Amino acid sequence: MRNAAASSARSKALALACVSLLAVGCASRPANPDDPLEGYNRAMFSFNEQVDRAVLKPVAQGYDTVTPTPLRIAIGNVFSNIGDVWIGANNLLQGKPQDALSDGMRVLVNTFFGFAGILDIASEMGFTKHDEDFGQTLGTWGVGEGAYVVLPFFGPRTVRDSAGLALDLYADPVTGISDVPVRNSLTGLRVIDTRARLLGTERTVDEGTLDKYAYIRDFYLQQRRYKVNDGNPTNMYEDFDAEDDAAALGRGTDAAAHSAVERLELVAVGNVGATPAALAAAPRNRDTE
Amino acid sequence: MRKLLACLAVLMTALLAPAQAAEPNGAPDVLVRDVTNEVLAIVRQDKAIQGGDTRKVLQLVDEKVLPHFNFRRMTMLAVGRDWRSASPDQQQALTDAFRTLLVRTYSNALTQYRDQTIDFKPLRMAPADTSVQVRTEVRQPGAQAIGIDYMLEKGNDGWKVFDVIVAGVSLVTNYRGTFAQEIRTGGVDGLIRSLQEKNRALESGKAGA
Repeated sequence: MRNAAASSARSKALALACVSLLAVGCASRPANPDDPLEGYNRAMFSFNEQVDRAVLKPVAQGYDTVTPTPLRIAIGNVFSNIGDVWIGANNLLQGKPQDALSDGMRVLVNTFFGFAGILDIASEMGFTKHDEDFGQTLGTWGVGEGAYVVLPFFGPRTVRDSAGLALDLYADPVTGISDVPVRNSLTGLRVIDTRARLLGTERTVDEGTLDKYAYIRDFYLQQRRYKVNDGNPTNMYEDFDAEDDAAALGRGTDAAAHSAVERLELVAVGNVGATPAALAAAPRNRDTE
Repeated sequence: MRKLLACLAVLMTALLAPAQAAEPNGAPDVLVRDVTNEVLAIVRQDKAIQGGDTRKVLQLVDEKVLPHFNFRRMTMLAVGRDWRSASPDQQQALTDAFRTLLVRTYSNALTQYRDQTIDFKPLRMAPADTSVQVRTEVRQPGAQAIGIDYMLEKGNDGWKVFDVIVAGVSLVTNYRGTFAQEIRTGGVDGLIRSLQEKNRALESGKAGA
């Protein structure tokens, strides 16, 4: 059935291999390696956008206008406090007991002295808020992220993070409330609160991008990789002005050098600077091949 | 122990002070802090900017912020490998169009500024470094702090920002996927056209609604 396609792909691969042994730039193949489901994803993305435009955004705007800032902060704090329980559990699962302890302290301090989480006293005491979820825990355990997938309503995820999300929701104290009206109201309020926080940023994304879908996808993937690494920088900067390819890595990488070297373990570190292909391969998750 | 650290700190300051004074426009972290504080002080007082006056905020950014950015370097990083195949004219056109897009978009973001506070983290750099990452954190009540890091490079005319990293994501290289796609379908000229069209649409106030 797919013989024709397969053989054409094979001959293409062969041709490229002739040009370079490290045939990384399959420029003729349109598919983004991170996004094999792009067709479906784009459709779901535009569905989510429509839902947002019709329902969520207007409600969030109303909420933003009606609620005074202190109340909004209080509501955000309460949900943040509820979330800290699961964040702490994930830190424990990721083998970071100190962070988990800090999260536990946050919950105790904010619940008892912060009036059920209305005040975030813990942050002022130096217990910083963490950002963890089960998708990141899976990533820490070495589970690959899998394809990028846009979920209905929930938006961008990877396959791994979708699995993580399922457990995040299951473990969430709010979804565990047995009183259905209370549970639904709290969930609704939380969604609106989260959406209202994004009101400022979305204009920037709308205006600043040529392809909003692709920009958000790339942003999401980069950010998840960064979070799984717990904030260790992974950026490296090439100089495409350099005449000599071998020198291209030289300037402008000093600050990011350590992390860059870590990433270059994909290609033999000894080859760095020796072949342009090795340079091209290093930042491959940002380069759509 | 604390005393020792304090002594060291004093010693370091004493040693660093003359070196900083010799720089054409100071240390990179000082530059970022001064520019940020100055701009935010103006935004905090200016009701027109808070109300979304695009012309006024562009003027402010143009005057205070842009001199410290290296847009050619930013564009190169956003375009990626295809930069090499672009002619000098195309490179210039790309730089101009991308600059316009970035300036407009992120100037408008300034109008969203409310009551966030910015923490400047200690700089880690060796005296010989020509490229540094200046880390800052934007705090807002009721939400997790967001890291905003500035990558600066030292050139002949002092330190210039060539990337801004928000929550771990490089705003510049994040364009690469989109740009590569545009170049694949329409060549470098196609990307230039798309950027210019986007800018024109923003100019006439139709985009992003």
